[in-house]
Amino acid sequence: MDKPVPGRRHFLISTAVAAGAGVAGSLGAKVHDGELGAPPRTYKGGVPWTEGLADQPPGISGTDFKFFTPAERVFIEAAVSRLIPNDEVGPGAVEANVPFFLDRQLAGPFGRGDHYYLGGPWPKGAPEQGYQSRFSPAQMYRAAIAAIDKYAHANFNGADFAKLSDDDRDKLLKGMESGSIQLEDGVDAKTFFAMLLQNTKEGYFSDPIYGGNKDMAAWKMIGFPGAHYDYREWVTRHGEPVPFPPVGFKGRPGWNGES
Amino acid sequence: MATTLKPVDAVIVGFGWTGAIMAQQLADAGLEVLALERGPWRDTSTDFATGFAQDELRYMWRHHLFQNVSDDTLTVRNNTSQTALPMRHLGSFLLGTGVGSGGVHWNGQIWRFLPSDFLTKSHNEQRYGKQAVTDYDLTVQDWGVTYEELEPFYNQFDVLCGTSGKAGNLNGTIQPGGNPFEGARSAEYPTPPMPQTYGPTLFGKAATELGRHPFPHPTGNLSQPYVNNFGAQLGACTYCGFCEKFGCGNYSKASPQTTLLPYVMAKPNFTLRTETEVLKVELSPDRKHATGVTYVNSAGEEFFQPASIVILSSYILQNVRLLLLSGIGTPYDPQTGQGVVGKNYAYQTMSSVNVFFDDKLINPFIGAGALATVVDDFNGDNFDHSGLGFIGGAYIAGMITGGRPIEMIYTPQGTPAWGMAWKHAAAKNYLRSFSLSVHGSCMSHRGNYLDLDPTYRDIHGRPMLRMTFDFTDNEHKMSDYLTDRAAEIAKAMNPREIKLNRRVGSWSVVPYQTTHNTGGAIMGDSPASSVVNKYLQSWDVSNVFSMGAGAFPQNAGYNPTGTVAALAYYSAQAIVQQYLKNPGPLVQA
Ligand SMILES: Cc1cc2nc3c(=O)[nH]c(=O)nc-3n(C[C@H](O)[C@H](O)[C@H](O)COP(=O)(O)OP(=O)(O)OC[C@H]3O[C@@H](n4cnc5c(N)ncnc54)[C@H](O)[C@@H]3O)c2cc1C
Ligand code: SF4
Repeated sequence: MDKPVPGRRHFLISTAVAAGAGVAGSLGAKVHDGELGAPPRTYKGGVPWTEGLADQPPGISGTDFKFFTPAERVFIEAAVSRLIPNDEVGPGAVEANVPFFLDRQLAGPFGRGDHYYLGGPWPKGAPEQGYQSRFSPAQMYRAAIAAIDKYAHANFNGADFAKLSDDDRDKLLKGMESGSIQLEDGVDAKTFFAMLLQNTKEGYFSDPIYGGNKDMAAWKMIGFPGAHYDYREWVTRHGEPVPFPPVGFKGRPGWNGES
Repeated sequence: MATTLKPVDAVIVGFGWTGAIMAQQLADAGLEVLALERGPWRDTSTDFATGFAQDELRYMWRHHLFQNVSDDTLTVRNNTSQTALPMRHLGSFLLGTGVGSGGVHWNGQIWRFLPSDFLTKSHNEQRYGKQAVTDYDLTVQDWGVTYEELEPFYNQFDVLCGTSGKAGNLNGTIQPGGNPFEGARSAEYPTPPMPQTYGPTLFGKAATELGRHPFPHPTGNLSQPYVNNFGAQLGACTYCGFCEKFGCGNYSKASPQTTLLPYVMAKPNFTLRTETEVLKVELSPDRKHATGVTYVNSAGEEFFQPASIVILSSYILQNVRLLLLSGIGTPYDPQTGQGVVGKNYAYQTMSSVNVFFDDKLINPFIGAGALATVVDDFNGDNFDHSGLGFIGGAYIAGMITGGRPIEMIYTPQGTPAWGMAWKHAAAKNYLRSFSLSVHGSCMSHRGNYLDLDPTYRDIHGRPMLRMTFDFTDNEHKMSDYLTDRAAEIAKAMNPREIKLNRRVGSWSVVPYQTTHNTGGAIMGDSPASSVVNKYLQSWDVSNVFSMGAGAFPQNAGYNPTGTVAALAYYSAQAIVQQYLKNPGPLVQA
């Protein structure tokens, strides 16, 4: 055992210094996600705080579709409008812009399966073992949409899924949900249904910065005030309605005097 | 070929709660300490700014703060007759990564285990007979450490965090307003309990009417500003409702960042290296001594870091895997019951009851990670188990961690998961419902264990960890009994209706349950039955110490981190006061 080491000469530094590995951490670069892939860094002598380096949400820009083909888009609208239909109580998934949200998610890291382990082998597994497909989410959507249309053609007089009546679409979706319908081309109906429903709810209720939850209408419907962070005043005001209109990361309409 | 680096006194593998505590303790003792952390640097001002910390999609569903399983995961199965398959997407538990790790995105529920929890085998045998602990092939053990020995260290963690709560048992005297069942505490909580919102208040009233003993959940979400002994300042929790699975932008949740890092990072004899993954603990030729660790950085370069002491603080699953990959200790064999590494893996047994009101606005978005009123009357051995057919128990909490709408919309029994009926039920019930959670123990079982997977490998070519786990009859019976007790309280609140979410069927990797994995590197009083001694020191390689809930011989009906932290402090004290003077085994085998 070495003797306890007296304090080595050191410098109080507010940024990272390279040592040992001999690799200089590039100061000010954004480190993301906690994934190996960012430069190795050594920190010593203080907290490496860098002014202005805040890890902001990615958000989206533009209004164009990047992932779905026009035909796939028709399918998605036909499907999500059944998962969350529109009426006076609140928006449907289409009215809340969920298809656009899904498109951008699938065109990005989520679609690529950045947080999925996709290595083989890929035996089917028990339901308790979870997702066991070799498809990334984007590949899954693409294959599933084709397989569902194929199934619809074979079982509903040659029609595309989007051309079916509301009842027939519901019937097909329920069959996928319960796993009673078998799809072709390596698509597990139940797995895809679970993913589609989950992603649809994500697009419906997430911050509008991701392209869905248009006008925060889904939040308004349930009474969720959004990205507030201080409710201390309301903690012991039991049972009182909290009158805040919802707010997103980019504020809310009306903050700048326009509305 | 690995580059050999300059030796250090102690190398710490992983920099979450236990890594940060050990870094502070060992650096304060004057050792040259190096921590190696697989993930990146993180801090409050840059990573969890209040303007966008409330992002359910990014943090909860896109796993922004969690381990990325795309290049390294584990394989899972319920029993040895199945082939284990990779957990391809995080679900049942959410593994941490990066500086602070689980201490960043935890809820802040701070518990101590009951005195009898440390004596699960002997206490239950004495009270209910030998078969009570061997029925269902349970393999429960005593811990080799007692509540009384750990008490000062539980206290040390409370002082570090500024834990908000009300003592129920101060030096043996029962106190009004606290948990009358808890072990004797030597001090009151550093800060008073959090004021409770409507849901937990209704729960407390109903529980009192039924003769139970409700009290506010002890919490690291602070009820008022606090400055700890390292000069770190915490603010009051603002009940933002984005706590569990999120970082706190208010400096009001106790985390390594808000309690320890400003102090520890400034120490001249401490260095932290991020984006470095330890592959293996290296041993001397006689395998009795660790010489250091081999790690790889994100550029793929390998290094050998010599060290006199190796602290494994890489969370239980990685700790067990590193022990197995390094050949420290004998792997457990479920067929023969021989071997110890990987033995007694356990989890947590959760269920819940939803309550729906017509006339009461619950406002679930006013929440916090540990905002709850709790009843502990049916936890551990706080009640008579005679004739019930199980050991263990649970706390029942009227809890509101938040109202995140993707995750936390409760709909009544029979509501479909989608379509118009679902939408209408969501709109009607969101503001008027909440959930009672039943947070139960999980006894260890002969067939539940961890080992290395024969097929699947990570990007470095190392075998993945394989988890073989299912709930046993003991857990199902306990959970059913406790869910019924929770339902009684739910009904006493006079809601429109309630919905029971019982713990049924086999364990599944899909829905989130808790990140309270335990065992596999268990502590005990002999090398034949445990991996580490009461000081978390490896029986086989005496300069290796294994932190974390891996040391739990079975899991109690509480969240683990209070006990994980107390054990780390206890271990650190033994290293500093005993080991440094006389390196070698602290307990003779
Ligand atoms: C959503 C959530 C909520 C929770 N809520 C609570 C709660 O309310 N109360 C409670 O008591 N507990 C809670 N927990 C559990 C709590 O977070 C853990 O008990 C605690 O953080 C464990 O600390 P640790 O130091 O053992 O491990 P961790 O905090 O996980 O730290 C391990 C570190 O090691 C690193 N690492 C792993 N392998 C390597 C390697 N090979 N090389 C280098 N580095 C490595 C990891 O990146 C990580 O940073 C919660 C957990 C989660 C995920
Ligand atoms: S609930 Fe409180 S402690 Fe938790 S993140 Fe929000 S403000 Fe911080």
